[in-house]
Amino acid sequence: MYNAPKKEFILGMRDTAPLLLGAFPFGLIFGALAVSSGLSIKGALAMSAFVFAGSAQFIAVGLITAGAPIPIIIVTTFVVNLRHLLYSAALLPELKKLSHPWRLVLSFFLTDETFAVSAGRYRKEDDSPYKHWYQLGSSIIMYLNWQFWCAAGLVLGSRIPNTTSWGLEIAMIVTFIGMTIPYIRTKPMVVTVLTAGAASILTLQLPYNLGLIISSLLGIGAGVSAEQILSFKKGSKENT
Amino acid sequence: MTSINEIILLSGMVVVTFSIRYILVAFSNKYSLPGEFEKYLEFVPPAVLTALIVPAVFMPEGSWNISFGNAYLVSGSSAAIAGFVFPKKTLAASISTGLAVFFLIRLLSYS
Repeated sequence: MYNAPKKEFILGMRDTAPLLLGAFPFGLIFGALAVSSGLSIKGALAMSAFVFAGSAQFIAVGLITAGAPIPIIIVTTFVVNLRHLLYSAALLPELKKLSHPWRLVLSFFLTDETFAVSAGRYRKEDDSPYKHWYQLGSSIIMYLNWQFWCAAGLVLGSRIPNTTSWGLEIAMIVTFIGMTIPYIRTKPMVVTVLTAGAASILTLQLPYNLGLIISSLLGIGAGVSAEQILSFKKGSKENT
Repeated sequence: MTSINEIILLSGMVVVTFSIRYILVAFSNKYSLPGEFEKYLEFVPPAVLTALIVPAVFMPEGSWNISFGNAYLVSGSSAAIAGFVFPKKTLAASISTGLAVFFLIRLLSYS
């Protein structure tokens, strides 16, 4: 007996509920920052509706405020969102069973939170053919929540001064901490995290947040190298 | 920002973001990923996320602030500890603990 699609959909929404907590102050601060950045209200709403990527939107607004050139903002968006490539690679075995409209829709709505929750559902052993409905439920609730709080942030930001000094960025920080911890299990991952962290401090002074791109790439490079060195050592031990 | 620039920027961001999310899924019937590539992809999220977290936590005002007076550092550390303590619900534990600690600090410092 499988859960009906509707049941999966509701379960996906329910299991995503605790994560909405992190997205709500994050959406508010995005809206509030957008007001003072020089982005129009329509532009900010369109960004939330069509880009739908919290951290990238947040950084883009910061870059717009700093007067960064458009190509830099787009490249930064690319690097910040590159992690979604891993998410879609991880979900690929499940997603490729689906029809094209489904793939399109689920890809558009892919976020850190929906990935985390849905990967857990796909991993469960029951062979329900409707697990993608669960991902859809998670996607839709994340999307509606994000649109709502971004709009609220826009209204709030234009009415109440200093909304941006409330420190709501903390929501992004704690969400990312919760996303990062599960990765830190192997030595190469520790190398990645330490390298990216140290580099982000050292490059903070660079203009237009370029330090973010550099630190991310250095972290990835360091982790991959560490992995290769370790597997090489392991290989040579096995041979002797 | 002029509206034409806004449209260019938004289109660029939409194309870049959607392509990343869709490209593997779109071509999954025709091509498959080399295993190596997938292995290395795993380093992307922790690298990018750490590069975002570290300056925000240790240097919230742009310079080092390692003290109990740094609400971001205290809440971030609480979030990290909560995440390690609840390995099955890391994300929810980090978010709720980190936010609770942060708002508690704010409440105490304003009263």
